[in-house]
Amino acid sequence: MVYLTRKIEFAASHLYHNPALSAEENRRVFGKCNNPHGHGHNYTLEVTIAGDPDPVTGMVLDLKGLKEILEREIMQRMDHRFLNYEVAELKGQIPTCENVARVIWNLLEPKIPQGRLHRVRLYESADLFADCYRDGAGGAN
Amino acid sequence: MGEALRIELGRRYRFSASHRLHSAQLSEEENDRVYGKCNNPYGHGHNYTVEVRISGAVDPATGMIANLADLDAFVNERVIEPFDHRSLQDEVPVFRSVVPTTENLCKEVFERLKSYPKAKLEAVRIEETSNNSFEYAGDQEVHR
Repeated sequence: MVYLTRKIEFAASHLYHNPALSAEENRRVFGKCNNPHGHGHNYTLEVTIAGDPDPVTGMVLDLKGLKEILEREIMQRMDHRFLNYEVAELKGQIPTCENVARVIWNLLEPKIPQGRLHRVRLYESADLFADCYRDGAGGAN
Repeated sequence: MGEALRIELGRRYRFSASHRLHSAQLSEEENDRVYGKCNNPYGHGHNYTVEVRISGAVDPATGMIANLADLDAFVNERVIEPFDHRSLQDEVPVFRSVVPTTENLCKEVFERLKSYPKAKLEAVRIEETSNNSFEYAGDQEVHR
């Protein structure tokens, strides 16, 4: 099995606010991230595909194809967007790293034509990221 | 494809510390041969980066596996405060008898963090320099 990783970067804004909580609770739980005007990040997304290289092409999957999928599914949807208001898949969810990684997984998994999606890693900053796996694949528990 | 998705959160921390690699079970010559420059009796230092990965259910009310401020406080108290700007073999008790290689440092950091009450500790990965990194996941296999 070979694991192939493609990286893209996008910039987006978001805010954390749960309408079921009071204003004070929102501030306590989410801190600065509760600023109603929002704030932004440069996100780095790493998408890892697992598969055996095709004996003829030597590829797990065509990187050009993967690049187009990432452009269509992720960049057009999220780059220079306000995640809370402009990404339908995040409606009703707090756009944390964990939730955005899961949405990205669900967008990409059915689109991968060869191999299988092994991991989505989304960096919100150099020091904070979320990983998403299909349970049983890769994970040890 | 029916299995649930599993989410992990990764957080990176930094500390600077000195260490000296020297085994009491080896002779002076053997220590010099095995550890080379790292056996310098005065020690030397690194800027360590500690990557902590946790897993658990994402709370629908917060969108989070664990509150970051809470995780940061736990890691700072257990690892960063006691290690930062310290001499590992002189000031961290376990390293008086265990050689403070980054392999052993990884295991010690894992032991100090595995009782985190809000989520499951999956793995600890430490970069000793930008060229060397070490990862430990307790009884589990490290997964990539």
